[in-house]
Amino acid sequence: MLRNTVIAGFIAVVVSAVSAYSVWAEDARLTDPQIAHIAYTAGQIDVDAAQLALTKTENVDVRAFAELMARDHAAVNDQALALVKRLNVTPEANGTSTALTKQAAETRAQLEALSGGEFDRAYVESEVAYHRTVNDALRNALIPSAQNAELKALLETGLTLFQEHQAHAEHLAKMVK
Amino acid sequence: MRPFARRAVLTGAAVILSSPLSLAAERRYEIILAKMKFGLAPEGLRVGDTVVWVNRDLFRHTATARDLSFDVDLAPNAQAAVVLAHPGIVAVYCRFHPGMNLQLEISE
Repeated sequence: MLRNTVIAGFIAVVVSAVSAYSVWAEDARLTDPQIAHIAYTAGQIDVDAAQLALTKTENVDVRAFAELMARDHAAVNDQALALVKRLNVTPEANGTSTALTKQAAETRAQLEALSGGEFDRAYVESEVAYHRTVNDALRNALIPSAQNAELKALLETGLTLFQEHQAHAEHLAKMVK
Repeated sequence: MRPFARRAVLTGAAVILSSPLSLAAERRYEIILAKMKFGLAPEGLRVGDTVVWVNRDLFRHTATARDLSFDVDLAPNAQAAVVLAHPGIVAVYCRFHPGMNLQLEISE
């Protein structure tokens, strides 16, 4: 029951995130400082979720996945920070990154209330949905809008990486069912 | 993973010491990992050759043989040497990102 509530809550979050993303897709003027802020925020959200999972899960596969998420997303974000510093760009908060942060806080509150197998299932399902959404956004909005070649290249490497994560999460979702 | 890499290197040293005749034939190749991909597989690989896996990516990867003949764990900027032990086609992948694949063709 609790799990269903969490999933329903998460789906609502994802749907609103998708709507937000489709707004960006129409907005050809998404700037590099905004893109950098959105990408960094999205990465940090996944690192935070992984760290929560590492304090909660007792499942060895879920733990390995969370460790991978924490490590890979932190690596992308470190590179993104180094890049914006080098380019002398200041990431700019915007409606989308703010919405992402708000939605992530809601998802986190729901996940924090769970434990054991319920937590594992909800966390993994949220990771599947989150990576799908972020990957769609990268593919359809962030990468096409990015002007700086290095930023675009980093987002493209990020997309390749996050597609791996999505496949991994989908595989894990079948295992923790 | 580290002890394995060390063992692979030691095996290579043992090969060099025990068969001086083959020394001239032993060769060293680099395969670079970058941007979530393995570099191209060298052509003409032979048993006894050394492959050095060089991770120039932002992410930790592995170079893992599906036949388990080697498995090296590569932090960013790390490298590890593997001596090819047997002939055949060896499928290699990254355990963390299994979409990363490479095939080595190794002759006698």
